[in-house]
Amino acid sequence: MNKSWNNKAWWMVVPVVLLVAFSAIIPLMTVVNYAFQDTFGNNEFYWVGVEWFEDLMQSDRFFDALQRNILFSCIILAIEVPLGILIALSLPKSGWKVNVYLVLMALPLLIPWNVVGTIWQVFSRTDIGLLGNALVSLGFDYNYTRDVLDAWITIVAMDVWHWTSLVVLLSYSGLVAIPDAYFQAARIDGASKWSTFRYIQFPKMRGVLTIAILLRFMDSFKIYTEPMVLTGGGPGNSTTFMSIDLVKMAIGQFDLGPAAAMSLVYFMIILLICYAFFTVVTNMDKADTKTGSES
Amino acid sequence: MSQIGSSLKPKRPFAWSGLVPVVYIILLMIPLYWLLNTSFKTNQEILGAFTLWPQNFTWDNYLTIFTEPVWRAGYINSITYVVLNTLISLVVALPAAYAFSRYNFLGDKHLFFWLLTNRMAPSAVFVLPFFQLYSSVGLIDTHIAVAIAHTLFNLPLAVWILEGFMSGVPREVDETAYIDGYSFPKFFVRIFMPLIKSGIGVAAFFCFMFSWVELLIARTLTITEAKPISAVLTRTVTGEGVDWGLIAAAGILTIIPGALVIYFVRNYIAKGFALGRV
Amino acid sequence: MAKIVLENLAHAYGDNPQQESDYALKRINYVWNDGEACALLGPSGCGKTTLLNIISGLLEPSEGRVYFDDTDVTHVPTKDKNIAQVFQFPVVYDTMTVAENLAFPLVNRGFNQAKIKPRVEEILDLLSLRHMANAKAKGLTADQKQKISLGRGLVRQDVNAVLFDEPLTVIDPLMKWELRSQLRALQQKVGQTMIYVTHDQIEALTFADRIAVMLDGAILQFGTPRELFERPSHTFVGYFIGSPGMNFFPCEIKDHRATVVGQNMELKESYGEPIGKLELGIRPEFVSLHEQASQAEGLPVVVESVEHLGRNKIVRLLAGESKFSALLSEHTDIPKHPMAHFDADRICIYQDSFILDGEA
Repeated sequence: MNKSWNNKAWWMVVPVVLLVAFSAIIPLMTVVNYAFQDTFGNNEFYWVGVEWFEDLMQSDRFFDALQRNILFSCIILAIEVPLGILIALSLPKSGWKVNVYLVLMALPLLIPWNVVGTIWQVFSRTDIGLLGNALVSLGFDYNYTRDVLDAWITIVAMDVWHWTSLVVLLSYSGLVAIPDAYFQAARIDGASKWSTFRYIQFPKMRGVLTIAILLRFMDSFKIYTEPMVLTGGGPGNSTTFMSIDLVKMAIGQFDLGPAAAMSLVYFMIILLICYAFFTVVTNMDKADTKTGSES
Repeated sequence: MSQIGSSLKPKRPFAWSGLVPVVYIILLMIPLYWLLNTSFKTNQEILGAFTLWPQNFTWDNYLTIFTEPVWRAGYINSITYVVLNTLISLVVALPAAYAFSRYNFLGDKHLFFWLLTNRMAPSAVFVLPFFQLYSSVGLIDTHIAVAIAHTLFNLPLAVWILEGFMSGVPREVDETAYIDGYSFPKFFVRIFMPLIKSGIGVAAFFCFMFSWVELLIARTLTITEAKPISAVLTRTVTGEGVDWGLIAAAGILTIIPGALVIYFVRNYIAKGFALGRV
Repeated sequence: MAKIVLENLAHAYGDNPQQESDYALKRINYVWNDGEACALLGPSGCGKTTLLNIISGLLEPSEGRVYFDDTDVTHVPTKDKNIAQVFQFPVVYDTMTVAENLAFPLVNRGFNQAKIKPRVEEILDLLSLRHMANAKAKGLTADQKQKISLGRGLVRQDVNAVLFDEPLTVIDPLMKWELRSQLRALQQKVGQTMIYVTHDQIEALTFADRIAVMLDGAILQFGTPRELFERPSHTFVGYFIGSPGMNFFPCEIKDHRATVVGQNMELKESYGEPIGKLELGIRPEFVSLHEQASQAEGLPVVVESVEHLGRNKIVRLLAGESKFSALLSEHTDIPKHPMAHFDADRICIYQDSFILDGEA
């Protein structure tokens, strides 16, 4: 697209900027404000510099929660991305079946997040749940409200159930866009199914996969509602992710300062990781498109 | 030029890969079935026996929901702010996406990136500030408050999606319209928007989706008047313990609007994704 | 390298073909010689791509057989058919270098590196791609990518034929001209059987030893460019080949005489009294104009327009209700009261669109 330079285009962008500024900048300013202040109560604040941040850096509670988030995000990415790609590969290219499959697969994506938590409560509880009952009757000592490992497994299963379809939909859209000629050429060149995937499908899916991975990472790192409803952060605080901890601090305990400091650090972490990932992928793209006779 | 039909694939033995989507979908449906199952049972049956389908089938749970105004109101509230949000997001995102697609301007790349970062913001960070902000402008417990709050993450997404689709329309179309004497608004509405209608569909779908499912902010900003259905659900923990049947029925009812939306856009899901951003 | 034989080949995409029109390819019986360069020429939807895909194995025909030399390969899977195909859309493996792209078909067939390397180098030289052997295939231009596609076809020594499906479609005009000549030179050097599908007659005429002109799933004529030009066996072939195409006039025929727009003309051969839709075909190249008075026999015409092409000019003429053209040298003057004369040696008579053979 040949874009022309035109600063008047700012007029078109103003409504977006205003709205997002209202929704983002103002609240963030508040947060920044709180992050550097403490209160005597009664809305009187005084400057404490980076004290909250220092506390945060020494807080076991914070680092534990951070670890939980990192572990969780890694696990679900490791499961959902390959699984999603696999399922997308198995979908037919066209036909009535595709519509049916895609519609049914999209269903979990449109369920309010706390209902997702509820569904899995009703499903996994050992008293009223199908899964809970089945596991117990098979001899497993399963109880997600009491056992840490069970809680983690259930939450991971819930997330995979909830979000894999997003990876499937995105991957499928990337696959469907590949022109037939590539597959025909691969057949003629005698490529195996794996080779076809490795040299044609996977490279062509890089764009959609980047989006899928970024979205899943962001959303899993921010996760709040589903685990909150399912386990409430327990047993103990074994499933207390950063968002859950933060809300507890801000609304529950009303510790504005620490909450604000944590908010900023939390946000920063996500930004940095996303930025790093995005830069890596963009550079990989650039390296590939470099023409040149390098003999 | 290749007009190759279904006979392109050579006849091969039973394709096991055809089972994969079926198995996956079955696995997806099982917990949903269980919820449906539970919703048609009385609480005694739920807690008492363990049955794969209701022994004493009852509509009671659903009846409660339809008759109690709180529940009905919950649905209407949710739909109201979701629709409001989708409309606002689209209306505001369209011109912005057009600007990003057609023009270079001062700070455009930075602006785009800043917009995207808002999608990355954890809702938890905004819970308290939003509450204070909307309280101070007197918008607590209104639909418009939630609608606007949700634009925080829906607007970047809408702009991003729309820009992708718009970039697929060559500038020549715009220029031809101007030569033909169209004013900009007329061109945009009459000519441009029909060209990107699958993009608008995809953007609307995502706005709807992310606004409908979001709980934390929606619950924080509302008390009673604009309480979304998902928040009403959390109130079913009564003194007698959890009313599972009622919760299950309510859950099922919140899934239905989503299912309907998917059904209506089913033809666009595959197409829209394929034509779009990537 | 192989001789390709098509026996009673037909194809319908639907399941229960009832009539002619259900068939994308109507009954074909042809032989293509070993080492020959052939073209399949015809407008969109004429079945040429269908035929190509049947030969390469990407499509299985619903009827008939295909033989390479004496082996029936009708139902042999693509991989074992040893066919190479270059598509309209340049296909390269983006993540690999040019050299790796060329090596790919050999790698898949289990050859070891010792055999692969020299062969790849040979092809690199043949296609003048040596200098970019290690460049990533992704960033190359369309014509370079098409060369790589071709290279992947040629790198396998046991290839029976190389098939081209409108390969120059996405190439820009300047490169088209060059690539066309290079392909022709390559074919003659390598001596490989090549089949080239196109809707562009210049491409076909430049590339092929023999051309099959197709329409609606049937091969109308299969011959050398000269045969197609001088004696088109179907009115469509006459119309499609040549720039501008052959002129056609409805006529009446009796023995040696044809009556066109009320004028009688002597024919070289006798055609008896044929029935059906009769047409007289004459190429613009063989229409000459004379001043009315000088020649007794001729067709009075009115000049509608003249298009100057540099060395030649096309004169658009009107005789009665019939419009036709004459191709004259730029130096020839147009008479004030023109009469058109057709070279009797070059007249072809058509009955129901097919050429009619006369007796001397």
